[in-house]
Amino acid sequence: MIDYDYRKPENVKEVFSFLKDYGPKATLIAGGTDVMVKIRNRHLSPEVLVSLRGLEELRYITKKKGYHIGAMTTHGMLEHSDMVRTELSALHDGASRVGSVQIRNVATVGGNICNASPSADTAGPLLVLDATLILEGPDGRRTVPIVDFFTGPSKTVRQQDEILIEFDIPEEMSGFGSAYWKHSRRKAMDLPILGVAVAVRLADDETVSDVRIGLTVAAPTPIRAYKAEEFLMGKRLDDDVLEAAGRIASSESSPRDSMRGKEWYRRDIIHVFVPRMARLAAERLRNQ
Amino acid sequence: MKKVSISFTLNGDAVTAEVPVTWTLLRTLREFFELTGPKEGCGVGECGACTVIIDGEAVNSCLYPVPEVEGKTVTTIEGIADSDGSLHPLQDSFLKNNGVQCGFCTSGMIMSAKALLDRNPDPTEDEIRTSIAGNLCRCTGYVQIVEAIGMAAETVKQKG
Repeated sequence: MIDYDYRKPENVKEVFSFLKDYGPKATLIAGGTDVMVKIRNRHLSPEVLVSLRGLEELRYITKKKGYHIGAMTTHGMLEHSDMVRTELSALHDGASRVGSVQIRNVATVGGNICNASPSADTAGPLLVLDATLILEGPDGRRTVPIVDFFTGPSKTVRQQDEILIEFDIPEEMSGFGSAYWKHSRRKAMDLPILGVAVAVRLADDETVSDVRIGLTVAAPTPIRAYKAEEFLMGKRLDDDVLEAAGRIASSESSPRDSMRGKEWYRRDIIHVFVPRMARLAAERLRNQ
Repeated sequence: MKKVSISFTLNGDAVTAEVPVTWTLLRTLREFFELTGPKEGCGVGECGACTVIIDGEAVNSCLYPVPEVEGKTVTTIEGIADSDGSLHPLQDSFLKNNGVQCGFCTSGMIMSAKALLDRNPDPTEDEIRTSIAGNLCRCTGYVQIVEAIGMAAETVKQKG
């Protein structure tokens, strides 16, 4: 039988006091589009749900010495933000491809990341945008680069008594173009077979001055393709260069066979879509 | 099981529900208020048959914990016709364009479309399709549904 209590703290302090009182009996719920499904399917039987929905102060997208995105910001807010679309394009690509309108209206970016699914659609974009997470616990705040946040499927470095407050994206990302490809069978209501995110900055001579490649569903956690990034540095994005970068990124990944796709297929998709996303990111940069 | 008392605005009326704290908004609408327009298809946010509008946004009521609806404004398919009984342009257009086959997805389709038209009275076909991407019709009558929404948009525009 499904039986739990539901608490609605009105501010961050109250969240900590509930988490202290209930300890491991408490489960945090944000938009609820994963938690409610898990409860219904009996994959989760919390004694108490502690809702973060009352923390309206954690719903924002601002730009001031870098970009700041509150953990309770919905995918819909990201999708409809002109600033996100034009300046953090990969994040727009990812957020606007999650679920459906109904899901995006409630599902939060903080929930997407804390859920730590290897297929999270905002994880690849936030990786290449070099996001840092601000976590807050009863003893104060700490920051964790997103690349260090995930430790395994559904596992992160977030402690039981901590909540995610904000994503910080460095100011220099405004000089990058970025793009994310969600490879899926359907356009909506589907999880990615593979995700490829690229952010690139070009020098005046069109050579790569900085680049980041993020892959999802390519390993137990979202990963960066560091060797492919290194290979691209200082080069022009010619077809043969990009093809080689795709091949290197593919070799850095460790995808698995699953219902959605075979390992060899996922490797091929990386090989093909790293070049395409790099081209799209560069094109967006030139059009900025 | 713990019960809660939740007050909100439902189809224009101030209401209060006394329901178990674990209930979803969908269950509250169907079993407490006996509004059976919103349907449970999948119960996990995949099919959209339970779609209602909360504070102007389409949501899956099957995933919406009832305590979260406190103080909010909820509109269901039962609340969109005029008080004199004349149908909403979307309802009228679904009838005229054969946008209804078995009918199970219809209320969700119309609520998703209404959330779109309320915000964007002149949508492109692409925007219409995106707006109902989370609504499954297993009779697969999507073409008529998209046409019905497009014609309803025209009617709404002409009415001003």
